[in-house]
Amino acid sequence: MTTATNTRTDILIAGAGFAGLALAIALKQALGASFAVVVADPALARSGDDPRASAIVAAARRLFETLGVWHEIAPRAQPILDMAVTDSRLNDAMRPTFLTFDGEVAPDEPFAHMVENDPLLKALLAKARAENVTLLNTAVADFAAAPDRIAVHLRDGTTHAARLLVAADGARSSIRERAGIATHGWDYAQSSIVTTVRHERDHHGRAEEHFLPAGPFAILPLKRDATGHRSSIVWTEASAEAERIVALDDAGFHAELEKRFGLRLGEIEAVGPRRAFPLGLSVARSFVAERIALIGDAAHVIHPIAGQGLNMGLKDVAALAEAIVDAARLGLDPGSPVTLDRYQRWRRFDTMVMGVATDGLNRLFSNHSDALRLARDVGLGLVDRLPALKQLFIREAAGLAGEVPKLLRGEAL
Amino acid sequence: MSAPTMPDSPTVDAAEVARFERLAATWWDPRGKMGVLHKFNPVRLGLIKEAACRRFGRDPKRLDSLAGLRLLDIGCGGGLLSEPLARLGAAVVGADPAAANIAVAQQHAAQSGLAIDYRVGTAEALADAGERFDIVLAMEVVEHVADLSLFVKRCAEMVKPGGMMIVATLNRTFKSFALAIVGAEYVLGWLPRGTHQWDKFVTPNELEATLERHGLKVVDETGVVYNLIADRWQISTDMDVNYVVTAEKAP
Repeated sequence: MTTATNTRTDILIAGAGFAGLALAIALKQALGASFAVVVADPALARSGDDPRASAIVAAARRLFETLGVWHEIAPRAQPILDMAVTDSRLNDAMRPTFLTFDGEVAPDEPFAHMVENDPLLKALLAKARAENVTLLNTAVADFAAAPDRIAVHLRDGTTHAARLLVAADGARSSIRERAGIATHGWDYAQSSIVTTVRHERDHHGRAEEHFLPAGPFAILPLKRDATGHRSSIVWTEASAEAERIVALDDAGFHAELEKRFGLRLGEIEAVGPRRAFPLGLSVARSFVAERIALIGDAAHVIHPIAGQGLNMGLKDVAALAEAIVDAARLGLDPGSPVTLDRYQRWRRFDTMVMGVATDGLNRLFSNHSDALRLARDVGLGLVDRLPALKQLFIREAAGLAGEVPKLLRGEAL
Repeated sequence: MSAPTMPDSPTVDAAEVARFERLAATWWDPRGKMGVLHKFNPVRLGLIKEAACRRFGRDPKRLDSLAGLRLLDIGCGGGLLSEPLARLGAAVVGADPAAANIAVAQQHAAQSGLAIDYRVGTAEALADAGERFDIVLAMEVVEHVADLSLFVKRCAEMVKPGGMMIVATLNRTFKSFALAIVGAEYVLGWLPRGTHQWDKFVTPNELEATLERHGLKVVDETGVVYNLIADRWQISTDMDVNYVVTAEKAP
């Protein structure tokens, strides 16, 4: 193939989402100007219509702090000060609370912060520019791995000879597909409706997850803005029902929302765009191929029941960045099988555990069996009475358990 | 594979060289027969780099941490150590008595865009030529040489005042027999059978006494062990099998 240009680069990242940008920033900061990092994404100038917000757990916040982007986001980040989990039928007037967590992993360190996706992405993009990451508004068309490099052909006609191609191109990763990496998992036939709700009363930083028979209904506190108190909701229904609900007019949507939201926060109003996201569990059979690494949703999509999707992507970032940086500082090839094996070993087992755990939670809660409800309520009640176990759950959910990559501990590479 | 050209030398064992000639083609395949060496590489490279950065006051985080240092890699094989050290900025001379190894190493360095001075030859040939280095490496070599004392003497001559020598090898213990010979060669199949002869293994005491006798001061010794669960080599105080000794020459 003859092309106009054939640029040598160290790492080419496909996808300028959270994972792709965070990896690019981490590599530039650790390895400096002589280490070339390219990010290619045809949607580099995103329109900003993502209605979603994300729970940034403590470990992920430490990563953003270390990368120097947290201070940009902090004014818009709402700490989760408390979490409540309830289990009920839709028509129950009272939703007894079985499990509460004081949301701190350490004194003065909240378990998580709620951050809206758009400003977070903007802050990462600005930081990537400041660190001299090469940002290209184009997609990967094709690639061919050779023993020592991978030729990556972009849609703009250029070819880059990279040490490593990182697929950060999302759940339907075309790179994963082209590389012939299968996924296993299944479709839940459920979708999550996501939108922002304005409410009369202060949420006091409390996150609520109501396990309704159709699926979890989560109320996640957002930072108060000029328009008043706000929460993000993640509302899971059977897919057809979710599609029906998002298509309703404002009054119809409001009626459905009110039934589930409850009265605790006073008058409510849905604001901003609303969308339904289909849910599935999907884990790539391998996170690596010759000269290729998968990160973020390209590697795994799990049930959002525990709010761990984005955070798992950032764990991938921290592990892959550390593997690459360690190799480069030894003069070793950052795209060699030895480097990639280290990344895969670090991440894949953890991902399977989280995938299985969230799947189990969803199966346990998304049904109408009264016997199961009694069993799980007893279980949650027991957990509630065992502080040590709760602390372990919180640390696990905050991403602080196990062998933790440096960036997630708040240490620079 | 071409027939080996064998320099006639008292420190090279002819049968040993012939064994490695057969392996040369597989040097750079991390999934192939040399896979264990590729896995071992990060640990020994880390030891070399850290020791050199301490000795020469370099920042180990820089990508050019060894810039300007002249380094000799004896028994360089296919260049698995020479290449990364050259990438870190060292001016590397790689020497190996097996011509096929040097051919593999030269070809691969050209492909990697690295300028490395590879030579078919032995430590004493370089010493005879009056070569001097900041760092002399003998990694997994002394267990294959015919005369340890002579080998160390000629290497020590080549260390510049203020320079250093690093030696990695296998201890002669019951454990090393069990792990390195029976385990690695016969049970796990990591290394081709006949790679090592246990009676040629050297104990840390023997090695350190030999280094000191030839004017070097031993400043560090450390073990390297294989962690079966993590499938990874790591630094350890256990020197019963693999170990690394660092010695320095006074300025």
